[in-house]
Amino acid sequence: MGSVGAKDVPILMTPDGRRIDGRRWDELRPIHIVAGPLRQADGSAFVEWGANKVMAAVYGPREVHPRHLQENHRAIVQCRYNMAAFSVDERKRPGLDRRSQEISKVIAEAFDSVVFAEEFPRTSIDVYIEVLQANAGTRCAGVVAASVALADAGIPMVDLLPAVAVGKVAGEIVLDLKKEEDNFGEADLPMAMVPQSGRMVLLQMEGHMTRDELSKALDLGVKGCRDVHEKMKEALRTRYTTTDAGAEA
Amino acid sequence: MGRSHRPHRRGGRRDESSPESGERVLVLPGDQVAGAGWKPGRGTYRVGERIFASVLGLYQPRPPLAQVVPLNGRYIPKEGDEVIGTVVDVQGTFWLLNIGAPRWAPLHMTGTPWSIEIGETQNYLRVGDAVLVRVESLEATGRIGVTMLGDGLGKLEGGMIITVSPAKIPRVIGRGASMIQTITRLTGARVAVGRNGRIWIDGAPEAIQRVAESLRLIDDEGHRPGLTERVESYLAATASSADLLMRSAPRSLVDAAPEREGPEPDGPGPDEL
Repeated sequence: MGSVGAKDVPILMTPDGRRIDGRRWDELRPIHIVAGPLRQADGSAFVEWGANKVMAAVYGPREVHPRHLQENHRAIVQCRYNMAAFSVDERKRPGLDRRSQEISKVIAEAFDSVVFAEEFPRTSIDVYIEVLQANAGTRCAGVVAASVALADAGIPMVDLLPAVAVGKVAGEIVLDLKKEEDNFGEADLPMAMVPQSGRMVLLQMEGHMTRDELSKALDLGVKGCRDVHEKMKEALRTRYTTTDAGAEA
Repeated sequence: MGRSHRPHRRGGRRDESSPESGERVLVLPGDQVAGAGWKPGRGTYRVGERIFASVLGLYQPRPPLAQVVPLNGRYIPKEGDEVIGTVVDVQGTFWLLNIGAPRWAPLHMTGTPWSIEIGETQNYLRVGDAVLVRVESLEATGRIGVTMLGDGLGKLEGGMIITVSPAKIPRVIGRGASMIQTITRLTGARVAVGRNGRIWIDGAPEAIQRVAESLRLIDDEGHRPGLTERVESYLAATASSADLLMRSAPRSLVDAAPEREGPEPDGPGPDEL
């Protein structure tokens, strides 16, 4: 009582196990995915995940710029993750920063391991992820959007790539952190999984967990990824059964 | 690992798959399409005994081949394809063309009907010019060689270019070129169809407009039966107003449209396909 700053920390978990937005520990926020909203790009997707809004566009395979990045036997996968200046409460300074560079790198590497790059030597597959509104878990929403966009672009790959974050909030392992949980929680563990093989191609962690908590978190994340995967498939089916037409190039 | 993947650029000649043949199921990357006893065809890959789709498309098994025909994606060039490209770069001995494929395609000056001195390439084709060329060679490096030597190939002067999905080109041409003949007959426009989904149209503005609208119809509804009838009825419905416009248009403009030759390097004009 009366301690400085204490009132700033919201109640993250009620005694009966409800989180700040009323979810249980193993529940995702609502996810809505639209495949192919952009005409210009080879493939695109828009993802609303809780309060996150993320647009992804894919170009390619196409000529590599700058040339020296070109690889003789395969395509390279390049990614640009960017947050709009208006995506957060306090204006984000536009452009590349260390955080977005890191996220771009890990996402590019995740997709590099699922696309059949050998099919398109000396080309580049370019993935653009624009975060329009952020509320924690934007790299996961970005991976999901980019993966649907890659499928919409007709790029051959092993599988779609669902992603989700698991974390530790008020001492509990919970699925899909929202902003307050991310800010005031103890740990955050974003991951992306290849559903066909169960292989993890993106896994990062911030904060601390015990060994048991980590293993529980991974199990929860796998389950979360499977649910997200269903949403992704549904979005693509909706797009291609209503029009049955290919993406307008 | 026991994973082998066959690129969908291989496999049989691009066939005009008839709309009602066999089962055609929409599959997504990672969907299992077949088990033991099948071989992975284009658009699929194998892990152990199981075969999965690698692209979004329609599953069209041809025993023992499990294959997925992609519904989207860039144009994958094939030798002998006639394609429409735009010049994106001019070098001393060749031009680079954007044909909508993964790579730019070099058109060497020896592959043209013109006798050109080295360094004079820019006097013949400049950045932005459109050409009808044929895919001549495909290399393992992904290089796409094209040539302008051949019947109907050459620079495209005037007109405009419409892009549709390359997968829809068989529908644009139709069985025995029936669709494209219908369109040119009912509009009087000159049309050149590239396998890469680019279609060049020249003629009176109304004719261009009607061809473009027909192509949009094919691109959007190409999978539904009775397509030729629908295109015909669209063209018939717009014919009367177009005729009126044609009659009211200055005669010179109507006459001039069908035969317009480029003044400078006179390559053979593109043929009506």
